[in-house]
Amino acid sequence: MVKQKQETANQPDNTAFTQQRLPAWQPIISAGIVIPGFLIIGLAFIGIGVALFVTSQSIQVLEMDYTGVDKTSPCNRCTDPNVKSCLCQMDFSIDTLFKGPVFFYYGLSNYYQNFRKYGVSIDYNQLFGDLSYFTSPSEKCSPYQYDNNNNPIVPCGAMANSMFSDTFKLFQIVNGTNKEVPLDGKGIAWWTDSNIKYRNPSVTPLQMAFNNTVKPLLWANPAYQLDPADANNNGFINQDFLVWMRRAALPNFRKLYRRITSGDYTQGLPAGNYTLQIAYNYPVLSFGGRKTVVFSNVSWMGGKNDFLGIAYLVIGSMCIIMSIVMLIVYAKFRFSEEE
Amino acid sequence: MFRKRPPPEEERRVRANDREYNEKFQYASNCIVTSKYNIITFLPVNLFEQFQEVANTYFLFLLILQLIPQISSLSWFTTIVPLALVLSITAVKDATDDYFRHKSDNQVNNRQSQVLIRGSLQNEKWMNVRVGDIIKLENNQFVAADVLLLFSSEPHGLCYIETAELDGETNMKVRQSVSVTSEPGDPNNLASFDGEVVCEPPNNKLDRFCGTLYWRDKKYTLTNQNMLLRGCVLRNTEACYGLVIFAGPDTKLMQNSGRTKFKRTSIDRLMNTLVLWIFGFLVCMGVILAVGNAVWEREVGSLFQSYLPWDPPVDNFLFSAFLSFWSYVIILNTVVPISLYVSVEVIRLGHSYFINWDQQMFCSQCNTAAAARTTTLNEELGQVEYIFSDKTGTLTQNIMSFNKCSINGQTYGEVADPLGPQPKKLDFTPFNPLADPGFCFYDDTLLESVKVGDSHTHEFFRLLSLCHTVMSEEKSEGELVYKAQSPDEGALVAAARNFGFMFCSRTPGTITIREMGQPVTYTLLAILDFNNIRKRMSVIVRNPEGRIRLYCKGADTVLLERLHPCNQELMNITSDHLNEYAADGLRTLALAYRDLTEDEWEAWAESHRCAGKATSCREDRLAATYDQIEQDMMLLGATAIEDKLQEGVPETIAILSLANIKIWVLTGDKQETAVNIGYSCKMLTDDMTEVFIISGHTVQSVRQELRRARERMIELSRTRDGGKEEGTGGWSEACFMGNGVREGQGRDVAGGVKQLQCSPPPPSNLTDNISGEFALVINGHSLAHALEADMETEFVSTACACKAVICCRVTPLQKAQVVELIKKHKKAVTLAIGDGANDVGMIKSAHIGVGISGQEGIQAALASDYSFSQFRFLQRLLLVHGRWSYLRMCRFLCYFFYKNFAFTMVHFWFGFFCGFSAQTVYDQYFITLYNIVYTSLPVLAMGIFDQDVPDHRSLEYPKLYEPGQLNLLFNKREFFICIAQGIYTSVVLFFVPYTVLSDATQSTGVPLADHQTFAMTTATALVIVVSVQIALGTGFWTVINHVCVWGSLGSYFTIMFALHSQTLFRIFPSQFHFVGSAQSTLLQPVVWLTIALATAICIVPVLAVRFLKLALRPRLSDTVRYTQLVRQKKRKAVSRSAGGGWRSAGSVSEGRLGTRGGSRRSGYAFAHQEGFGELITSGKNMRLSSLALATFASRHSSSWIDTLRRKKHTHTHTPPSTSEECSSAPSCVSGSVPPLSNSSSILGGSQDTPIEEDVGTASAQNTQTVPTSSAQTQPALAPDSEATAPQDSALALSTGIFTSPAVRYHGGDSPGGWTVSLGTVQEALFGWKGIAVHTNASNSPGAPSVAKETSQLE
Repeated sequence: MVKQKQETANQPDNTAFTQQRLPAWQPIISAGIVIPGFLIIGLAFIGIGVALFVTSQSIQVLEMDYTGVDKTSPCNRCTDPNVKSCLCQMDFSIDTLFKGPVFFYYGLSNYYQNFRKYGVSIDYNQLFGDLSYFTSPSEKCSPYQYDNNNNPIVPCGAMANSMFSDTFKLFQIVNGTNKEVPLDGKGIAWWTDSNIKYRNPSVTPLQMAFNNTVKPLLWANPAYQLDPADANNNGFINQDFLVWMRRAALPNFRKLYRRITSGDYTQGLPAGNYTLQIAYNYPVLSFGGRKTVVFSNVSWMGGKNDFLGIAYLVIGSMCIIMSIVMLIVYAKFRFSEEE
Repeated sequence: MFRKRPPPEEERRVRANDREYNEKFQYASNCIVTSKYNIITFLPVNLFEQFQEVANTYFLFLLILQLIPQISSLSWFTTIVPLALVLSITAVKDATDDYFRHKSDNQVNNRQSQVLIRGSLQNEKWMNVRVGDIIKLENNQFVAADVLLLFSSEPHGLCYIETAELDGETNMKVRQSVSVTSEPGDPNNLASFDGEVVCEPPNNKLDRFCGTLYWRDKKYTLTNQNMLLRGCVLRNTEACYGLVIFAGPDTKLMQNSGRTKFKRTSIDRLMNTLVLWIFGFLVCMGVILAVGNAVWEREVGSLFQSYLPWDPPVDNFLFSAFLSFWSYVIILNTVVPISLYVSVEVIRLGHSYFINWDQQMFCSQCNTAAAARTTTLNEELGQVEYIFSDKTGTLTQNIMSFNKCSINGQTYGEVADPLGPQPKKLDFTPFNPLADPGFCFYDDTLLESVKVGDSHTHEFFRLLSLCHTVMSEEKSEGELVYKAQSPDEGALVAAARNFGFMFCSRTPGTITIREMGQPVTYTLLAILDFNNIRKRMSVIVRNPEGRIRLYCKGADTVLLERLHPCNQELMNITSDHLNEYAADGLRTLALAYRDLTEDEWEAWAESHRCAGKATSCREDRLAATYDQIEQDMMLLGATAIEDKLQEGVPETIAILSLANIKIWVLTGDKQETAVNIGYSCKMLTDDMTEVFIISGHTVQSVRQELRRARERMIELSRTRDGGKEEGTGGWSEACFMGNGVREGQGRDVAGGVKQLQCSPPPPSNLTDNISGEFALVINGHSLAHALEADMETEFVSTACACKAVICCRVTPLQKAQVVELIKKHKKAVTLAIGDGANDVGMIKSAHIGVGISGQEGIQAALASDYSFSQFRFLQRLLLVHGRWSYLRMCRFLCYFFYKNFAFTMVHFWFGFFCGFSAQTVYDQYFITLYNIVYTSLPVLAMGIFDQDVPDHRSLEYPKLYEPGQLNLLFNKREFFICIAQGIYTSVVLFFVPYTVLSDATQSTGVPLADHQTFAMTTATALVIVVSVQIALGTGFWTVINHVCVWGSLGSYFTIMFALHSQTLFRIFPSQFHFVGSAQSTLLQPVVWLTIALATAICIVPVLAVRFLKLALRPRLSDTVRYTQLVRQKKRKAVSRSAGGGWRSAGSVSEGRLGTRGGSRRSGYAFAHQEGFGELITSGKNMRLSSLALATFASRHSSSWIDTLRRKKHTHTHTPPSTSEECSSAPSCVSGSVPPLSNSSSILGGSQDTPIEEDVGTASAQNTQTVPTSSAQTQPALAPDSEATAPQDSALALSTGIFTSPAVRYHGGDSPGGWTVSLGTVQEALFGWKGIAVHTNASNSPGAPSVAKETSQLE
C-alpha cells in the first residue's frame, strides 16, 4: 500500500484543469450561425438606419458664417484689428416655425483647441479653487503663468486666456421693431464641470480671492466679473467659461452658446425675420479661422446627424448582401451536415 | 559573485594534513555557490541584468524621454507602471529560482562528511572540507570533492564507484589507490600521512588526471585511476580514505556544469525581427508626423500664436517638429508594448506547466512525470522537422530478457503460438524460492528438463552461473542484487538463478553458487576475459570434486570454430537455432565447456603466468595463451536475449513520420544492430525501395557512395512516377479516397461516387506503387568524411531525401555535429532525444533537447529542455503540446500585434487633426491600463488554454502537425495581415467617431465633439472591438476564458467609472480631469450607436472573410473540428467523457505493443566490457576501456541483410502472390475489418462510445469497439463492410504506414483535396494491422500467421 502510494507520488493531479480537459464551448463559424446572424444584423441596422435618417431629416439647422471675410459681409469691417468693440448685425429669416427648444451655438473652424500644448496649458488645481495656486500657478500655464510684472495670472494658461469673447443678441423683427429673443445661458455646461471640476474659492466676496492676481491678457473683465447680471455665474463656474474650457476634439467645432426656451419662444422660433447682433471681439482671421453661429433643435438622438443614419443603412445592406453571398458559397461548398 | 579571482593556477600543490601550508594557495573551499544573488545584492544585480534586455532599456529610454516636459506627450506613469510590473514579475521569478538554488546549495553544502583531523575522524559539513584534508567515505555515499584515493577497505586498494551523475554511465567503475598509501593497511596511519601532491590545475576533463605524489622522498605517478570525483557514489566498498585535491567550484563536476547555451525559438527570432520592423515603422510614422508638424507649425501654428505661443525653447517650426518626433515616439511606442515579452513568457510558462501536469506523459513504472526544464521553447515543439534519436535506452529499454535457448540441440522458449493467447508466465517459486519474480519465461519444458536433472541442461545453467563477471551484493538476508557490467550478462545470470543455479558470491579465488538449493563453491582458477577481438570469455574453475573445467561463452562465429570435431552434428542443429534466433532479432551467444586435466591446467597456468609477466606485448601474449586453451570445446548450447524496445516506439515513430517529421537514429552501435533496430521500430520497412548503406573508409569512396545513392534515388523515383500513370495506382488512390471520405469524413458526395466506381478492387500490382521510400545507413567512419566541409552538402542532400537515416558507430561529438549540420543546411527545427551522457552534446546543440530520464543516469535529462521517461511520450509532446503551444503562440502574437496597432494607430490619424501636436486621443489612464488590464487577460487566457482540436484528434490526424513545420500560422505574411487589420480597425475607430461626433449633440443640446467624449467613445469602441475580436479568435471557451473576456470588459467600465468619479477627483484634482465624462458620455444613445457602428464595420468583414475561408479553403484542423462538433451535437445524449476518448487512442498503441511481436529482428552485439575478469582475479591491472562496444559475429546479421535483400527481390517479382494471399484469403478479410471499423469508431465514437479506462490490449479494445461502432454509427454499412474489406486490406498493404505518396500526390489539387489526405492519414494510421499482417505474411512462411493475427484480433 505504501509502496503503491510512493509509486504514484509524482503523478500529476488528474483534474480537468491540469489535463486541459476543462469543459469548454467550442464555437465554430458555421453557416447556421453566420448567415442568419448577418441577416439579422443587416435587418437591425437597416431598421436603426431608417429611424436615424428620418429623425435626422426632421431636425432643422440654420448656420451662418459671420467671420466677415467677404467684403459684403456685415461683419467685414470688424475684421480690422484696429477696430475696438465692434458691433455688427446679421439679418436672416425663418420660413417655417423653427421648433423649440432651439439651441444657439457658436462655431469655430481651423481652431486647434485639441493642440497638445494648448490642452495642457491649464492649472486644474487653480480652477478647483485652491488658493495656493492663485499665487503660484502651475508651470504648465507658461507663458500665461505670470504677466510681465510677475503677477500671477488667474485663471492661467493658454486655454483660459483664449476664451471666446464674442457675444450675441438675437432679435425678432416684429413689425419693424426689434423684439429681443430671450437667451437662456443656464446649464449649458456639463453638470460635473460646474459642480465638481471647477470651483470658486470659498471666499466672499469672490473678488477678494483674486487680490494680487491679474486677469488673463486677452480678457476684458476679470474672472469674477464675467457675468455682471448673475453673481452666481462668475469666477470659474461661469457657464461660458466652462463651455470654452471643455476642449473640442477637432479643429472645427461648435460650442453651445444659449438656449431659446423661454418667453414667447418656448415652442421655437416662429417664421419671420430676425437680426443677430454680434459684439465682434474675437479675431480668428489671422490663422484662417472662421466663426459661425448655428441654430438647431434636437431629437432624442441629439442634433442633426445624417451620417449616422446613412452609415447604418449602408452597413445593414452590406450585411444582407454578404449573407446572400455566403449562402451561395455555402450552397456550393457546404459541409454536408446530414452525413 | 564578484569574488576576487586569484591568478590562474599553473599547477596545484596540496600537502596532506597541512591546512596552513595549503591555505597559502587560497584554493577554493568546498562550498558551492550556484545561486546568483543574496538579499543585499539582489536588487541592483537583478535590475542590472534586466536592463541588459534591449526591450527594458528601450522602455527606460522612453521613460527618460517622458521626463522632458517639452517632449512629454504622456504622463510618466504610462510607461513606468507597465515597466515596473514587468520588472517586478521577472524579479519575482528570478528570486524564486535563486531561492531554490540557495536551498539546494545549502543542502549540498551541509551534507556531513568525515574528516580526519589530528588523527581523529570528525564530522564536518561539506562546505568546511578543505583542500588537503583526508576524508573518509563510506559505502553508498556521495564523494564530497575530487579526492585522491589513499586507502580502501577492499583488497588491493580497490574501490568501486558509480558515475551516473557525472557521465551518465550506470555501470560500476573501479578505482585503485596508490599502492604505497594503501599498503600499510591501517587507516590510522593516514593521520600522519604528509605526502604532497603536485598536479594539473582544475579543468573539466572527466577522464584525465595527471599528477605526482611526493612522499618520503619518492615520486609516484597519479592518474585518473586514483581519483574519486565529486558526484560519484561509492559502491560495494565499505569505506575508503581520500585526500581532497579539488574542492567546490574546482571539482570536475562543477567545472563541467557550464552554463547552458540559451536557446531561442524561431518564433522568438521572428518576433525580434518583427519588433525591429515595428521600430522602423514607428520611426517612419514619427518622421511623417514630424514633417506634418513642421508644415503645420509653419502654415498654421505660427499664425495661431496669438492664442498659443510657441514654448520658449521652440523658436521655429523645425525645432518644434524635432520635438514632435520624440513626442510621437513616446505616444506610438505602444505598437511594441512592453507587455508583449512578459505575456509571451507567461504563456510559455503555462504551457510548460501543462506539460508537467500531463498524466499521459507520466510513467507510473518509474514514477516520473514529464518535465519541461526549459520554459521558453514550447511553441518550437510544434515545428519540429527532424528528430535525432539515440538508440539504447531511448528506442530500446536497455533491458535484456533471457528469451530462448538451445541446449544440446533442443530449443526452448519457443512459444508455440506467438500471436495466440498469451502463454502463462512460468512460476518458479515452488521450485526455487530464491527465484527472481521479475523473470519471465514461458516454456515449461525447460523447467521440466531442469527438474528431471538433465545433465546438459544443468551444465548449461552452471556455465551461466559461473562464467561471468557479475558482482553480487546481498542487500538483505536472501535478497541478492547482481551488479552486472552489461545488461545481457545480468540477464543470463538471472536466468540461471531462476532455473536453480544461483550465483551467490565471489571472492578473487572462488565462486559460490547454489545448485538446486545446494551451496557449491568452485575454485576460480582463471578468468579469460572478454575483449573485442576475442569476442568470448571463459572461466576455468575447479569443482569441489577437484575436476577442472573451462567454461566459455561467446559469439557463435568464434566459438563454433573452436569446438571439438565430435560436435559437428550438434553444431549444425545449434547453428540453425542461432539463425532462427537472429532472425527473431535476438542477441545470441554460444556456450561451450572443456574438461581439463590437472596437467593441462598446470602447463597452461605456467604459460599464462609467463605471459602475464611479460613486459612487451603482454596483451597479445595473453590472448595467445587464452587462444591456446580455448580449443576442442564441447558445445553446450546457445542463448538468445531480447533487447526490449521501449513501449510504443514503432507506433510513435510511425505517427511522427506521418506528421512529416524525419527521424534519424544516431547510435554508437554497430551497423547491423542499428539496422535491425531500425526495422524493429518500423523506421525501415520491407516496403522501402532501397536502403543505402554508406560504409566507405576514404573520402572518395564515401563521396562516390553518396552520389550513387542519389542517382539511384532519382532513377527509381522516375520509374516510379512513370508507373504511377499507368492506372492501378490511380485506382487504389481513388478507393482510398472513397474510403477515407466515407469512413473518415462521410461528407463529400464526390468521394462517395469515387468509391462506388472502384468497388471492384484491383487486387494485383499494388506493391509497385509503394516504392519510392529510401533509407540511408551510414557508418561512423564514413560519417567523419561526410561531415567534412566539402562533402557536407552532398551528405545533407542525400540524407534529407531519405525517409529514414541511421548513423551507426557515431561518437558523441559526431552526434552533435550531425545535428549542427542539419541546423546549418536546413532551416528546420531539430529535436534531439537521448538518455545517456553521450547524447548530451546533441541534446545541447539541437533546437530542442529531450532527455529520457531512464536507466542511464540523469546527465541527459539535466542537459535537456524536456525530459520524460518513455520515448512514446514524444508523440504527445510534439503532436499535442507542441502543436497547441505553437497554435496558441501564433494566435496570441497575431492578436497581440493586432490589438496594439488598432490601439496606437488611432493617434496617428488623430495627428492630422490636432496639428501633429502628439495629443493623445485617449485618457492617459486608459493608455496605461489598456495593455496591462483591459486587454491582457483574455489574450493570455487564449494563449494558455486555446485548443483548436482536442488532443486525441491531433494524435489521430498527424497531418495536423504540418502547419507548424511550414510555419503557416505566424509568419511575415500573417503578421502583415494582422497589422493591416489593426490599422483598418484604427481607421474605423477614429473616423467613425470623427464623422459622427463632429456634429452630434446630446439631447440637451450640448455638443458631443469635446475631447473627453471623443476619447471615451473611441476607447470604449476599441475595448469592445478588440474584445469581440478575441472572442472570435478564441476557439475553446473554458470558464477561465469567459471570466477573462467578460471580466476585462467589466473591469474597463468599472475602472473608467472609478477614474472619472468625483471621489478621486476631489483627492487629486490635477490628475483626474476626466471627471464625469464616463457617466456623461456613456448615457448618450448616439455614443452607443457610434460604438455599435464602429464595431460592426470592424467585425463584419472579418467574420465574412473567416466564413468564406472556412467554406472555400478549410484547413485540416477546421475540418476535424467541424466533424467533431457535428458528432458531438448528434451524440449529446451519450455522456461526454474526454478521458475515455483519449484512452481509446492511447490504448491502441499500448495494446498493440503489448502483444509480443514475433517479427522483431534486432540482432544485437555482445555488449560487454573488458577488464573486469582480470580485476576480479588479480586486481592489478586496472584498465577499463570505457566504451568497449564489442563486435559480435556478423554472420547472422549479414545473412539477415541477405534475407532482407532476397525478400525484396521476391517481393518485386511476385507481387500478385502477396496481395492475392491477403485479398483472397478469407482470414485476411476479417483481419482487415478492425482497421475499418476502428477508423470509423475513432471518428465517430472514440469520444462518445464509452470505452473502459483500462483497455489492456489491442485485442480487447478491438473486440470492444468493433461491435459498438459498427452498430452505432453505421448500421446500414454493416453488410457493406465485408465488401469493402478486401480492398481495405489491400490498401493497407499497399500504402502501408510510411508510404503515402498517393497522399501527397493527390492532396490539395481538388477542392476536396484535404479529405483525401485526411482519409488516407487515418487509413494509414489504422492500417497497423495491415502492416502487421503484411510483415507476418512475408516473414513467416504462409498465411497461418495471418490467421493467427486475425484470430487474436477477433
